[in-house]
Amino acid sequence: METIAEQFFNLEIMAAAWPMVLDGLWMTLALCVVVVPLGLIGGLFAALGVLSERRWLRLPTIAFVDLFRALPPLVLLIFVFAGLPFAGLDLSPFAAVVIAFFLNNAAYYGEIFRAGLISVGRGQHEAARSTGLSARQSLVYVVLPQATRNVLPDLVSNTVEVVKLTSLASVVSLSEMLHMADMARSVTYNASPIVLAAGVYLVILWPLVRLAGRFERRVAA
Amino acid sequence: MSPLERFQDAFLNAEVLARYAPAILDGVWVTLELSLLIVVLGTLLGTALACLRALEIRALSLAIIVFADIFRALPPLVLILIAYFGLPGAGVFLSAWTVLLVILGLVLAAFAEEIVWAAITSVERGQWWAARSTGLGFGQTLAHVVLPQALRLAIPPLTNRAIAITKMTALGTVIGVPDILNQATTAQSFSGNASPLLLAALAYMAIFLPLVVFSRWLESRLTWVRA
Repeated sequence: METIAEQFFNLEIMAAAWPMVLDGLWMTLALCVVVVPLGLIGGLFAALGVLSERRWLRLPTIAFVDLFRALPPLVLLIFVFAGLPFAGLDLSPFAAVVIAFFLNNAAYYGEIFRAGLISVGRGQHEAARSTGLSARQSLVYVVLPQATRNVLPDLVSNTVEVVKLTSLASVVSLSEMLHMADMARSVTYNASPIVLAAGVYLVILWPLVRLAGRFERRVAA
Repeated sequence: MSPLERFQDAFLNAEVLARYAPAILDGVWVTLELSLLIVVLGTLLGTALACLRALEIRALSLAIIVFADIFRALPPLVLILIAYFGLPGAGVFLSAWTVLLVILGLVLAAFAEEIVWAAITSVERGQWWAARSTGLGFGQTLAHVVLPQALRLAIPPLTNRAIAITKMTALGTVIGVPDILNQATTAQSFSGNASPLLLAALAYMAIFLPLVVFSRWLESRLTWVRA
């Protein structure tokens, strides 16, 4: 029992590792601020493409979405980071993470927006058009707000997944929270710094997990 | 060399591909075996936990909720590193392969528990009462009346989640499990050529693209129940 406390919950080591973990936290948050909005925008366009009546737009978008839902994010990240330099594209770890996660997140958010757009009845669009709104206006002011509301729980839970995904950036040595905690772990030969980082992830993500669950029950009711 | 030739040499180098294809094929078996075991472990454990929660014993339900929330909120890589580097210090020695299987199995179990539980609660109360009034016990009602209806609702989201989590077997690379990605990164650094990475990406596509397409079909087939 004492060895478990010593190995996972060593307060002295946690206190010493805290400044490093905190440094990493800022990088994690910076990544989220870049990656979440990019994924949402990409996902919206992906959904519009998948639902488009134009074949030349629809088929490639479906292929894009399925391709990036099938590739594990870490494989994508390593391909972008370690593979693209061979094609003459040298990317910083931050840029590689942003590109790889954009492709992955756009595909996932895209599937959610697609479900949302389908859930809004065709009549809404037609009614909006008949009041004189253009196709774009009726999408932005009438259909999209309802579509977003209908899939809000899924958007929140996918955002939880995106935040969790940022931990993969540690593999390409981006100094985000898990990477900093793991460095502290390798210096101290003790898992407590990673447990500390896990605590920070929990503080950020537990409310979101609960929130998604609450939304779900309300939508179902 | 023209730019196109250079590109071909870096990504489609036949000699490098031929040399490292067997290693990557070995990785395919590791990935497939782990994926299968994770899906079996995760869905069975998750369903069992959801059934235990249906007993409505307060302390037990609370423990299940805490487990499910923690394993849904924490990044899997964090859990993997804690288990892999922490457990030996506490006197528990597990191979990287076992750590990956257990952690991803538990993560899938946490999600599966929430999905199956949501499906169980969506089965009308009257179904319980009607089944109990015919003389079925609690376990019989759950097994023969409620679960068959609930699982039908649970299968599409469960399939999506199972695919997302089996894809995470690639995280085993970080702790040295010889899966597809690990074999490919090793081959890439030995050969100084990106072709093994492309081959690995193709191998993952071959495994997971049919599953993604299948899940899309499943969703369109089974979601009418909800309407």
